[in-house]
Amino acid sequence: MPHGESYEPRNRFTAWMDARLPLLRVMHESFLTYPTPRNLNYWWTFGGILTFCLAVQMITGIILAMHYVPHADLAFESVQHIMRDVNYGWLIRYVHACGASMFFLAAYIHMFRSLYYGSYKPPREMLWILGVVIIFLMIVTAFLGYVLVWGQMSFWAATVITNLLGAFPLIGEAVKEWLWGGFAVGNATLNRFFSLHYLLPFVIVGMVALHIWALHIPGNNNPQGIDVRQGKDTVPFHPYYTVKDLFAVSLFALLFSYFVFYDPEALGHPDNSIKANPLQTPPHIVPEWYLLPFYAILRAVPSKLGGVLIMFASIGILFFLPWLDRAKTRSARYRPLFRQFFFLFVIACLGLGYLGAQTPEGAHLILARILTFYYFAHFLIVLPLLSVIEKPLPVPKSINAPVLKGAGAAAQ
Amino acid sequence: MSDMSDSIHPDMERRDFLYVATGAVGAVGAAFAVWPLIDQMNPDKSVLALASSQIDISPIAVGQSITVKWRGKPVFIRHRTPKEIAEAEKTPLSDLRDPEKDQDRVKKAEWLIMVGICTHLGCVPLGQRGDYDGWFCPCHGSHYDTSGRIRKGPAPKNLAIPPYAFLNQTLLKIG
Repeated sequence: MPHGESYEPRNRFTAWMDARLPLLRVMHESFLTYPTPRNLNYWWTFGGILTFCLAVQMITGIILAMHYVPHADLAFESVQHIMRDVNYGWLIRYVHACGASMFFLAAYIHMFRSLYYGSYKPPREMLWILGVVIIFLMIVTAFLGYVLVWGQMSFWAATVITNLLGAFPLIGEAVKEWLWGGFAVGNATLNRFFSLHYLLPFVIVGMVALHIWALHIPGNNNPQGIDVRQGKDTVPFHPYYTVKDLFAVSLFALLFSYFVFYDPEALGHPDNSIKANPLQTPPHIVPEWYLLPFYAILRAVPSKLGGVLIMFASIGILFFLPWLDRAKTRSARYRPLFRQFFFLFVIACLGLGYLGAQTPEGAHLILARILTFYYFAHFLIVLPLLSVIEKPLPVPKSINAPVLKGAGAAAQ
Repeated sequence: MSDMSDSIHPDMERRDFLYVATGAVGAVGAAFAVWPLIDQMNPDKSVLALASSQIDISPIAVGQSITVKWRGKPVFIRHRTPKEIAEAEKTPLSDLRDPEKDQDRVKKAEWLIMVGICTHLGCVPLGQRGDYDGWFCPCHGSHYDTSGRIRKGPAPKNLAIPPYAFLNQTLLKIG
């Protein structure tokens, strides 16, 4: 157990409290004295950055809900009202809209960090699985929120995505109409999407609490991917990582501010400034950038049900990752082959993202099929195979050795 | 009273039965209680009430189409040209993914009436485009022919035909 028994109530009130509800003790041990590997690099600051993003989205979202009207006839106008009339409405909405992109950017980096350093491997499987649950909830929440704007892209994104459910035989049609509350996306749909968009972030908060709990039981992984053995391997979370995370959040806020203040529409789509029209589909519909890889996978398959299943499988397969990659060595630093395949996988994901924004024809379609195959091959063929054939490099004996003895033996 | 199990076992089975029976009744009760919470999301009475629309089709010249709204969905009404009708009729069924004769999709050969929603993921296809002179869906590239039948692309089915009737020479009722 990594929890240091370091908390001493300072006065009679905290002592009284500690005997009844040891909230301060839990906070103290989780966020101040929590022993953290001393060699964490900046890729480990994305947990803090993601907490910041979630807080920003929830604060700006609650404020937007004070001015937004979830009705098919008024939603689009109320968004314009927020942009033009509400004091600082433009700022709050742009922070919320860009914030969604920033949230996904940080989440994807956080996930690739886990992949590179093997943070999903025993004993952190539950930590990883909860993370996959969170990214799935984020995708659903972001989709619901995008619909609320009720522009052309909102409406047609809602139509296309809800129609995915219609691909399931027998129950598909009924489920679709149940979800719509009608025979097409309409007012009933918008109203319930608003309700759910407000609900899900609180579910995410609950999952984040579990995620942090599941982190604090085994403790952090680290760039060496080896276990903490001695006290010298760790430093207390505060002030070492509170300050480091804060610095990283500041840098991240700089990028965030660039988009909010200098190019707020860069990540959006101009068609969403046109009010939803159920009789006309925009000539080229695309989802937000952070969903493009999944969209490319959906379109790569020449069968409706097949495409839908493969797309869900592209997230679902992540749940099984800890059991597909059975290599004992965690960090890619000591897995020369895995390291190369990791970068190939990153390129495949970026490639799918690019192809998701193109029309699915000709060379684009063929490439999307190749990359979709490779995405799954990475998990189903490459990783299980590497677990068997790869000969890992020797890992350092301890976390502190390379750090405390200068440029020590196995340090890299 | 030969041994312990004889005296204990019947009692345990009775208790197990009571547990299962209580659980089953509880589950059925919970399902009944949850149903209104689920069913409230289904199409409501005001939505169901908008069941039919009537349209005057006399202004639509040969080669023209209009789109009308029925139950929140676009419905295409196309006054087909003789060439389009001929193309649709001569297509062999073996060329079709969702085989259906053109005659079975129309009540009068010159009037093609169908729900304008791509059977792939629900976009509205664009008229008189694509490889088969019919409809082309811009979202994921499905091509439909002059009878609204799927010919190419990811959509699995032909464009749906809504229930409709010609009330007289010029008045069409959909629904």
